[in-house]
Amino acid sequence: MAKTLVQEFTKGLWEEIPPFRLVLGLCPTLAVTKSVENGIGMGVATTFVLVFSNILISALRKLIPSKVRIAAYIVIIAAFVTVVELLMQAFTYPLFLKLGIFIPLIVVNCIVLGRAEAFASKNGILPSTADGLGIGIGFTLALGALGAVREVLGAGTFLGHAVFGPSFEPFTFMVKAPGAFMCLGLMLCLMNLVGKK
Amino acid sequence: MREIIRMITVLTVLCAFAGGLLAAIRQGTMERIENQQLQFVKGPAIMQILKGCSNDPIKDRFKIADGKVERSFFVGKFDGKPKAVALETAAKGFGGDVGVMVGIDVDTGKIVGVAVTTHSETPGMGARAKTDPGFVEQFKGKSSQQTIRVTKDGGQINALSGATITSRAVCLATTEAGRIFKRLKPEIQKDLQKFK
Repeated sequence: MAKTLVQEFTKGLWEEIPPFRLVLGLCPTLAVTKSVENGIGMGVATTFVLVFSNILISALRKLIPSKVRIAAYIVIIAAFVTVVELLMQAFTYPLFLKLGIFIPLIVVNCIVLGRAEAFASKNGILPSTADGLGIGIGFTLALGALGAVREVLGAGTFLGHAVFGPSFEPFTFMVKAPGAFMCLGLMLCLMNLVGKK
Repeated sequence: MREIIRMITVLTVLCAFAGGLLAAIRQGTMERIENQQLQFVKGPAIMQILKGCSNDPIKDRFKIADGKVERSFFVGKFDGKPKAVALETAAKGFGGDVGVMVGIDVDTGKIVGVAVTTHSETPGMGARAKTDPGFVEQFKGKSSQQTIRVTKDGGQINALSGATITSRAVCLATTEAGRIFKRLKPEIQKDLQKFK
């Protein structure tokens, strides 16, 4: 039991790391990873929603009639997303301003609904928590990594601190939308190369 | 039939529970959110329109009941006298409400400055109402006691190109601020005595 719990958790970190392996949740992945801070903030918000919606859906899985399950999941997910939105407004307002519309859009993030449908609706509360936590942290790491590459190359900073000397010319292409696609593509390629061995 | 009843019951209970939870959290965080907005959104807007004032307008504020709602007024002191007040109004834009902070000279009724606070307009189009200083600059010095319109509607404000609806919303909100100012002027002047 303990071993499978660990497995459920760790699969989200490598084997099924959301944007790279499942290639899900690309909208926030591409849109908010202009900096490390944004990427991690978005990841943490998504993790919170993922864990709590997984717990609740798994706890209610026998009560929810299968015909209206998607509607029920969306209600649960939307409620938690609004909770996150309110909490972010109350405690990390500048981050909320930067992430803006992408916070409410977590509702339609296919990772969250995907985990609810594929995992939480079929498994117990503990494995579902581990699954949500694993996938969420994997998502956060992926967004953080992508944000780091784009911020370091595109703005010459890391978490807002300058990493290069003043002679560094920022590669602004990286913080624009096409840069996000390029960067994601290269990282996918790298993941596949490493994963093959 | 029994299945339908079960589906309806489950969904109703779930929605009611979600609604209750959200209402509770909203209640709990409302004050904090208001403070955060004051600090990060309204604060910069107020400082922008009451530029050069000698006091801290965010600290020097008062509230007046206007019908059912309470409105906040921010005081700007110039030459040691409370000369201007800033108030926030909103009007419907393209993507939702556009919040506008309007500064009005208490004696002359002229607009001291206008700044957009919260909005959900399209980036690069309507969102320029907030980022383009040239647009809000046009309101400066106009009388707040008139209906302000964009040139397309026969007014004096050049709309942002491609963002007429947003520009109209800012005009509407500014006009509304002028009306509120007129309506509450006696109370405003009474409250301003405290800041002398």
